[in-house]
Amino acid sequence: MTTTEGPDTRGYFGVYGGRFVPEALIAALDELDVEYRKALSDKEFVGELERMGRDYAGLPSLLYEARRLSEKAGARILLKREDLNHTGAHKVRNVLGQALLTKRMGKRRVIAETGAGQHGVATATAAAYLDLECTVYMGEEDTRRQALNVARMRMLGAEVVSVKSGSRTLKDAMNEAFRDWVASVDYTHYVVGSVGGPHPFPAMVRDFVRGIGVEARAQSLELLDRLPDAVCACVGGGSNALGIFHAFIPDADVRLFGFEAGGDGVETGRHAAAITAGGAGVLHGARTYLLQDEDGQTIESHSISAGLDYPAVGPEHAWLSDTGRATYEPVTDAEAMQAFRLLCRTEGIIPAIESAHGLAGALRIAPRLATELGREPIVLVNLSGRGDKDMETAAKWFGLLEEKS
Amino acid sequence: MTVASAFGSRPVLVGYLPAGYPSVPGAIDAIKAMVDAGVDIVEIGLPYSDPVIDGPVIQAASQAALDRGVRTSDLIHTVEAVAATGVPTLVMTYWNPVLRYGVDRFATDLANAGGAGLITPDLIPDEAADWLAVADKHNLDKVFLVSPSSTDARIASTVAVCRGFVYATSVMGVTGARAQTSNAAPTLVSRVRQVTDLPVGVGLGVSNGEQAAEVASFADAVIVGSALVRCLLDAEDEAAGVRALVALTEDLAAGVRG
Repeated sequence: MTTTEGPDTRGYFGVYGGRFVPEALIAALDELDVEYRKALSDKEFVGELERMGRDYAGLPSLLYEARRLSEKAGARILLKREDLNHTGAHKVRNVLGQALLTKRMGKRRVIAETGAGQHGVATATAAAYLDLECTVYMGEEDTRRQALNVARMRMLGAEVVSVKSGSRTLKDAMNEAFRDWVASVDYTHYVVGSVGGPHPFPAMVRDFVRGIGVEARAQSLELLDRLPDAVCACVGGGSNALGIFHAFIPDADVRLFGFEAGGDGVETGRHAAAITAGGAGVLHGARTYLLQDEDGQTIESHSISAGLDYPAVGPEHAWLSDTGRATYEPVTDAEAMQAFRLLCRTEGIIPAIESAHGLAGALRIAPRLATELGREPIVLVNLSGRGDKDMETAAKWFGLLEEKS
Repeated sequence: MTVASAFGSRPVLVGYLPAGYPSVPGAIDAIKAMVDAGVDIVEIGLPYSDPVIDGPVIQAASQAALDRGVRTSDLIHTVEAVAATGVPTLVMTYWNPVLRYGVDRFATDLANAGGAGLITPDLIPDEAADWLAVADKHNLDKVFLVSPSSTDARIASTVAVCRGFVYATSVMGVTGARAQTSNAAPTLVSRVRQVTDLPVGVGLGVSNGEQAAEVASFADAVIVGSALVRCLLDAEDEAAGVRALVALTEDLAAGVRG
């Protein structure tokens, strides 16, 4: 198998992936595997999904050349404007696909887990749009950090369950969602939010988000008459990264860079860099890279970005890393926030803090690429989401809130 | 000692407690008290940070054990102490701690400690080639789960690699005591019996002697976890916890033995 193929019939990308879940879920996973493949080869389904993307979500998203930022970066920076999509992130592509699939499978309810709240908001949005019941699991710590998104989900008609177990963050919300699904699988579809989990989720979510790269590739050819030298994205679970990488995997001259959340610095142990500093193991249904101690217990992750604060990564990324097709590096909170402010000040675009990690990484590799190529490099960055949800975090970081007297 | 030795003319009681709760020695004392009170097969849980099939009771006890620093080596030590009493002793574990410890090393240490084998709730036979190979090498029991949602083909392929007994999950859901046992269980047990002579155990939801008797009327083993763990979790102190545990075990054992 090459990196342009995969997964195999058992859901493996190289040695990563598979199904490490209770037997109770296998029938549902088998059904899902068959149904999503059938759906993607059904013209009516694909047509309806394209219509929803175009008429409802605002796709294709723009490819934007960030001229003022480029001057600072020493590279031509192209931004894939996923932040302009409905719900403000790439996630709308995944949830519209899965929600439409839920209807097709004759199920009436969706559940989701969410960290920053963006996937929860997107799922609640798609559920409202397609008339599905919706329950969203969110760690108690995240409901506190992202109170506005909790209100958004409730406004859209979703039930938000605050998860008080474990570290009270995304991984615990995912555990609770799995538990719900085991008990309600007859009428419920679990809208997994990233390219992780048991087969077929990593492949299916990738297939629903890979339009990001398909669009960006065509837009690059139109704009530049060539492909970019590098494609950059942030990596938590890794859906936006795989979304923009996938169409470029066969293009050997295009380098792929994933930037993980380095938190306070990988050396401090307070980070979420599963590929950079984790080891191979099994978590949430798949064999992949994760943060774990010497007994295989999951180590809590840390990031200023709730959306990247997850101790594992999708299995296809583990494989792309091992094969060398993509390169993964950590970006610290401080580097990400510096890039966050730079984009605000040069382009008038407030990015999600997740996306600011991808941007910071792009700024880091630009001089390296320039030296290697002997010319100004062209770097495509997936601006995976907008920063509204992160304003409180950013305002605190930069000391922009008035002190209460 | 393998679990086959526990099965004879009557149904058996399988009792679960996690290693390391309320402490490593405290758990050993509690499990031994449970054995003395009538449990036929012991299932010792390895506490894990992300127990997706466990309900809140078992997760709370497991997390408390982890917070106090319980290690995989403590589990092996617990198995050794319990198996020395002569009762067949299985380990219930999620897969990642075994992978991290080393599948062969885990099996070797478990066998040397006198353990009977593993119950693996998030490892299906499709993914278990490494475990199946070392289990056979060390003559360890392999208990896989079947579910009401399993197809006939999956039941057949799963029980084909089980040794010891087959774990039939009686309801679609996580561990935890329930007011009523499931009517899906008898159907599932009879589906399993059509393809194997192995004993069939039923778990998830049993919390008293009456329910145990009901399950024992159609299954070979009655598996109880959360209700026993709750005895320790809810008690004012360790001694009171063990007293409650013994009382419940006697009730369950009486139910199972009719």
